[in-house]
Amino acid sequence: MRELIRRYGMGLSFAMVGLTAFWLLALVILPNLGLLQFSFRPYLPVSELGGPLDHYTLKNYITFVGGDPEFYFLGIPVSIHLHIFVLTVVYSSVVTVICLAMCYPLAYYLAKVVKPSSAATLFMLLLIPLWVSEILRSFAWYIVLSYQGPLNAILRGVGLSPIRWITGFNGVIIGLVYTYLLFMLFPIYNAISSLDSNQIEASQDLGAPLWRTHWRVVIPHSKPGIASGCVMVFMLSAGSVIVPSILASPGSRWFTQIIQQWMFEGQDWNVGAAYAFLLLVLCTVFVSVVMRVLNVRLVDIAK
Amino acid sequence: MRTHSAGRTIIQIYVALFLFFMLAPLIVMGGAALNDTRFPSVYPWVGLTDRWFIDLWNDPRMWTSITNTVLVAFSVVVISVPIGTASAILINSLQSRARSFLYGVMVAPILTPGAVIGISTLLFWNHLGTPFGLQEEFPFKAGLHLSALGQVSFIAAYAMLLVLARLQSFDPGLEEAALDLGATHAQVMRRILLPHLYPAIGASALIAFFQSVENFNITLFTRGSSDTLTVYVGSKVRTGITPTINALALCLITLTVIGAIAYEITRRRAAAREAADAIALEKAEAAESEALQTASA
Repeated sequence: MRELIRRYGMGLSFAMVGLTAFWLLALVILPNLGLLQFSFRPYLPVSELGGPLDHYTLKNYITFVGGDPEFYFLGIPVSIHLHIFVLTVVYSSVVTVICLAMCYPLAYYLAKVVKPSSAATLFMLLLIPLWVSEILRSFAWYIVLSYQGPLNAILRGVGLSPIRWITGFNGVIIGLVYTYLLFMLFPIYNAISSLDSNQIEASQDLGAPLWRTHWRVVIPHSKPGIASGCVMVFMLSAGSVIVPSILASPGSRWFTQIIQQWMFEGQDWNVGAAYAFLLLVLCTVFVSVVMRVLNVRLVDIAK
Repeated sequence: MRTHSAGRTIIQIYVALFLFFMLAPLIVMGGAALNDTRFPSVYPWVGLTDRWFIDLWNDPRMWTSITNTVLVAFSVVVISVPIGTASAILINSLQSRARSFLYGVMVAPILTPGAVIGISTLLFWNHLGTPFGLQEEFPFKAGLHLSALGQVSFIAAYAMLLVLARLQSFDPGLEEAALDLGATHAQVMRRILLPHLYPAIGASALIAFFQSVENFNITLFTRGSSDTLTVYVGSKVRTGITPTINALALCLITLTVIGAIAYEITRRRAAAREAADAIALEKAEAAESEALQTASA
């Protein structure tokens, strides 16, 4: 701090601290504290704010677990919203694992096998979907997967009967994988690129089979990239609003859709705040689990 | 590197399939814009048409939403780039403990779902106005200004990371020298530090702009009743599927492809020039060593 003033003087240092403070306080910390505070208050008309009913309550969180039980799990009643929350966690994890499995070989190929100039061309092709927005990417799959769509046309063409693709969570999973796949590819690619190729060669020269070279040399080195990719894909999937709203079937509701319902249709912003806070807690827990399991620091994840 | 040729073939097939998976849906979506059916589809092919482009062009809501998108994106760039630059310089001057704590707070918005940022921004500003009865008035009411502020909260973090990475290659000795030679603080900042950071600042402005244009989640919760391009597309897709969206998609894809090709051409030219330079250098070196050999003989 003293160093900062010595170099840039009082005025500039003050301006820099001021900008940072505005960002972190007014745009990050206070809104999140507000969200937490808001989630423990009842929804009231403006005239009753500060009145006798305006006190802290767990009501909004009880709404989450205490709704009509949809079924019983080990004797515990599971409300519809809790069920949807759990399904969102499960299917976001599935999406994360699929993305990891699909991207690792490609990231390795781009970083270590192919010539750098061809890698640049391949990257350019891969970046095209990224520039076309998230919504259009899921809309594209809506057309591909629709019952009268091109995929079923191919099936009919080869004499098979068409399939209803968008049932259950199929549509959402395909859409999420497609939309967020590249957020897994780039961090892993960056991590593998920084590995010295001599280490891979040494491992092969010492007679390690291909899988062992990857398991003992490449994967341990790319852990920060894997962690970063998993965190991003999970967070984007669990928090995705647009993909489920385009590709969900009646039987697959996503947690963000419930949040939207409270915010726009129910007009109960306090319950909405409680549900949004649960989503935030979920992502924070996921980040800490990934950091613990893969033994990486936050600095490695967010680069 | 030794790779089995069979293994190589397998991975090449895999890469081709991966590319097909990434690009084919876009081709289908773009192709549907040219097909003369009410439901966007490439099969069955009814006939070539340009009516979806004309419909799109004549939709005033689309033009308003484009204007809004650009306005929001510019505000986001103008606010988030200075914030990101300032906080990167600030955090870079801090030591261990405070540094890692502040770093954690700064990158947290990147790891927060957009819906959460949107809702917390909306509630916070709305709540700020409530004691004065102003929750329905301009700065506290939902609107595009809140969308911009919500987007800044995570986009500034990207700017911070880019500038911080660039700062690692900065030699603080230059600043010392300038100060010793009597430069003012403002001169140190403007003549020494900022020029070194310009590439990172430019990159963060670009990323901020496109992140803002792409943003849907934060905007959805904070926009009030205004439209941005993503919200417009989102509502069209949800309320009545129409091929005008495919027309818009085809325009965006075409722009992207043109940009990508232009980039690829410049990159190849630069690579060719570098290769030519390298060859010239090699030749010069060979000539030099030859000359030396002749001289010593």
